[in-house]
Amino acid sequence: MKRIPWTLVVFAVAFFVPWLGSRFYTFIATDVAILALFALSLNLLLGYTGLVSFGHAAYFGIGAYTSAIMMKTLGLPFWLAWPAAGLAGGLFALVFGFFCVRLTKIYFAMLTLAFAQIVWAVCFKWNDVTGGEQGMPNVPYPSLGWMAAIPGLDGFRVGDRFYLLTLTLVAIAVAALRRIVASPFGRILTLIRENPERAEFIGIDVRRYQLAAFSIAGIFAGLAGSLFGIFNRGVFPDFAYWTKSAEVLIMTILGGMGHFWGPAVGAAALTILNLQITAYTEYWPLILGSILILLLFAFPGGLVGTTVDLARRLRGGTRGNGGRDARRP
Amino acid sequence: MLDVRDLKKSFAGFLAVADVTFSLLPRSVTAIIGPNGAGKSTLFNLITGHIPPSGGQVFHKGTDITAAAPHRICRRGIGRSFQHTNIFPGLTVFECIQAAFIAHHGRGRNIWGRAERLYRAETDALLGRLGLADKADAVAGALSHGNQKQIELGIALASDPDILLLDEPTAGMSAVETRETIGLLRSITEERGLTLLFTEHDMEVVFGIAERIGVLHQGRLIALGTPDQIRADPEVRRIYLGGH
Ligand SMILES: Nc1ncnc2c1ncn2[C@@H]1O[C@H](COP(=O)(O)OP(=O)(O)OP(=O)(O)O)[C@@H](O)[C@H]1O
Ligand SMILES: [Mg+2]
Repeated sequence: MKRIPWTLVVFAVAFFVPWLGSRFYTFIATDVAILALFALSLNLLLGYTGLVSFGHAAYFGIGAYTSAIMMKTLGLPFWLAWPAAGLAGGLFALVFGFFCVRLTKIYFAMLTLAFAQIVWAVCFKWNDVTGGEQGMPNVPYPSLGWMAAIPGLDGFRVGDRFYLLTLTLVAIAVAALRRIVASPFGRILTLIRENPERAEFIGIDVRRYQLAAFSIAGIFAGLAGSLFGIFNRGVFPDFAYWTKSAEVLIMTILGGMGHFWGPAVGAAALTILNLQITAYTEYWPLILGSILILLLFAFPGGLVGTTVDLARRLRGGTRGNGGRDARRP
Repeated sequence: MLDVRDLKKSFAGFLAVADVTFSLLPRSVTAIIGPNGAGKSTLFNLITGHIPPSGGQVFHKGTDITAAAPHRICRRGIGRSFQHTNIFPGLTVFECIQAAFIAHHGRGRNIWGRAERLYRAETDALLGRLGLADKADAVAGALSHGNQKQIELGIALASDPDILLLDEPTAGMSAVETRETIGLLRSITEERGLTLLFTEHDMEVVFGIAERIGVLHQGRLIALGTPDQIRADPEVRRIYLGGH
């Protein structure tokens, strides 16, 4: 049986969302695309390296503030601000990660959280630069006038245009991430996830690789944060708050950290669920909690892990392995 | 090749390894034997940087490597296997060995290439020799204990060490697997000119392949010599060999 290139199909379908003509659908699709990138960046740590970060929002926030400051305060163009956001996310991850990888397991997780809270506190208090508690509203859109020159896009609202830009950039970033996990470097990360002790004894400097993974995850989180700040029409300290870190962690686990696309599916599921439920009730956190508990028990490999497992079993092929195949993306 | 001097390890006052001194000549095959709890595994852990010694030194080709990081020691060409299988349980057998090749060749810095294409021939060749060719695609952690021991050995061999330390390489293997593994060790040691240091409870294996045997008892090296010398040593006979 020939394999369907699902990735391309999904991307192609997503590309045509603005043609539906609904502001709402474009809004959701932008949100999902950005958060998918954010969740996929976390999974480089969680699913591939076996590092649990409770503070991944720090780098998302740093990326968002970096590009907001560059674009709003300094009036620099987006094509400079976006890479700079990734760079800033990566640099901070390198510095904080240097300390974090010295610890293991829960201590590692707690330290990532501590650094994230520091980032949040700085964003919250440094009024002159970050706008403090009020954040920085009205981050400008990138100039997207050139898109009008492309036939078929001339009638589009700026939100639609920004969505197309976002989708393209996210696609490029995700393709790079996918390449990285399939690289020799990515393979070494899976060794570390599987057995860090043994990895040392085949000559792997485990901490150095963990730090590299942490920094790379920071870069992609920063890129996602930059897009999110623009999409959100402003950046706020909440971007780096622990609840944001928890949210992306939930997305990743919900979608399934054992599969490359799991976190993206988790991001879509959680975002849509959130919108659906808040439309009916104000008890979103309560419902979210209950759904999560249910899903964690019913789908231990996450949505994607369980689906892949099921599909394999239906085909009568080899038995599934609980969705733990991050190594075979 | 490897010089161990007055190596000591105490766990909360209990001396697990006490003043052990010995040297390995290039291309020699040495066995360390001793009853349970004699300190054999601890000795290996000290040499390979797994745990820091309480005293003494380890030299590799004249360089002091005492308490160096395990990955540094491995990079110098000192490989090891573990008594209790210590593999990458979620990967397939093929991936375990392939990844060990990738790590050994320092390819891990490459974040853009395709891992699956690397060292396929080398991996297949090693799996063939280990007798694991038909299990290449099985998930390592789901295999029998004996197979996992073979993978353990394969991971160590993929690093192409000059000195190989094997902690009970055949423990838990079936008779057939043991025979195959010993045959493999013999031929690979020969081909690659390996220096081998191993522990083993199976005396047939020990006397079958070791050129020199050291006897560890309560952390002390009480004898070191050729198999014949060890067989004839009255103290060793009294403490350990008994009926053998
Ligand atoms: N991490 C540790 N902490 C405390 N005691 C330890 C530790 N590791 C080993 N020991 C003790 O040191 C002694 C030597 O243990 P070791 O594992 O080196 O023995 P061994 O010769 O390998 O035995 P076996 O033949 O059973 O593998 C034992 O009494 C053991 O209980
Ligand atoms: Mg032992």
